Amino acid sequence: MEGLERILMQHRFFAGLEAGYCELVCGCAKNVRFEAGQYLFHEGDPADQIYLLRHGRVALEMAAPGRNAVTFQTLGEGEIVGISWLIPPYHWSYDARALERIRAISLDAACLRNKCEADHDFGYDMMKRFVPVLVERLHATRMQILDVYGTPA
Amino acid sequence: MLLPMAPARDPMTPRVARVRKRRRDGPQVFTLDIELDTAEADDLAPFAPGQFNMLTAFGIGEVPISLSGDAARPGRLVHTIRGVGAVSTALVGLRPGDAVGLRGPFGVGWPMEEAVGKDVIVVAGGLGLAPLRPALYHLFTQRARFGEVTLLYGTRSPDDILFRHEIESWRRRLDVDIEVTVDHALADWHGHVGVVPWLIPHASFDPEESVALVCGPEVMMRFTIAALRDAGLGEDAIYLSMERNMKCAVGLCGHCQFGPVFVCRDGPVFRYDRVRDLLALKEL
Repeated sequence: MEGLERILMQHRFFAGLEAGYCELVCGCAKNVRFEAGQYLFHEGDPADQIYLLRHGRVALEMAAPGRNAVTFQTLGEGEIVGISWLIPPYHWSYDARALERIRAISLDAACLRNKCEADHDFGYDMMKRFVPVLVERLHATRMQILDVYGTPA
Repeated sequence: MLLPMAPARDPMTPRVARVRKRRRDGPQVFTLDIELDTAEADDLAPFAPGQFNMLTAFGIGEVPISLSGDAARPGRLVHTIRGVGAVSTALVGLRPGDAVGLRGPFGVGWPMEEAVGKDVIVVAGGLGLAPLRPALYHLFTQRARFGEVTLLYGTRSPDDILFRHEIESWRRRLDVDIEVTVDHALADWHGHVGVVPWLIPHASFDPEESVALVCGPEVMMRFTIAALRDAGLGEDAIYLSMERNMKCAVGLCGHCQFGPVFVCRDGPVFRYDRVRDLLALKEL
């Protein structure tokens, strides 16, 4: 477990995490690996894990009938895959595919949610880490929706 | 004996140039390599990276187009144009040998001397890579004079990547970091997907000793500035190339007036702290 704590504390997302909170997070954490082409999860599946990427890149994709899957974001080392675990009904709204071999820390979402509920100070710390990721992705989505590189009207 | 001085050329009168080469560089995007007759080229001023020319499609109109070639080769006048309006569509339809009107070069370019000794982070969006390409050539040919050099380029999709083969050759250099991202892609694309400001936190530069050169659609530049500021860059270290409705190109007509400045004469490249408040005004 000491190794996992060290890895967690070194991850950009958990920078400055209190030791006590680190122990709480570690109680929900395990090391995972995915091979290139393997899916971390599919759209509609329960959002029961959060992945902290340590190595490799993941493509977030959406598929539509009659069309090839479209990648709308790639994530790499130091980033988080999965925000849907925060908000009911806790289902993924896209697919996540490993572009190369992935090494990550997987956090059990239900375990983390329960700990956030039981200790609101801990929950607030987690929210302060996850909400900026949400906001950042919202800004990026706005820029993509605006299609700023498209032909001017 | 004093020779009579040649009359100064009227900056409003176009020279007649010819298209030497035309190359497709993306959907509706073409790069025209144009040249002047020897007599016309004699008093042509060299251009600085970031400056622009006014190009005329005869019988249709005139538009400002940034120079996208190498300033160290002033005889080669290279412009990369997207055909969107009547004039630009006519320009991209020109073929080798066709005549094109040319006035310029005009405006204030990229701060290449201010960047000496510093890390340089170049952030381009879409066609905004074209006005930055002369600055990149300068950085590459005088590489030893600069610190870390990074190019972050974002565009719509893999098919829209401008100067694709050239970017691939730049990426083979060991002394520059180049990252390309697209807004969306199919599964056969293995590069980044996401907006270009997202690449900034991963770039290697010393925010205390860096200069950022930014060009792209204004929304993209606003997000990029926010990301550069988050990364610790000062407002006086960020330079933008602004696009406004330039007509006369010499600061007379007022079409491109941007608050107290004229984009054609005082820009198109501005230091961010000098235009920050103006960027927030929708009326401008």
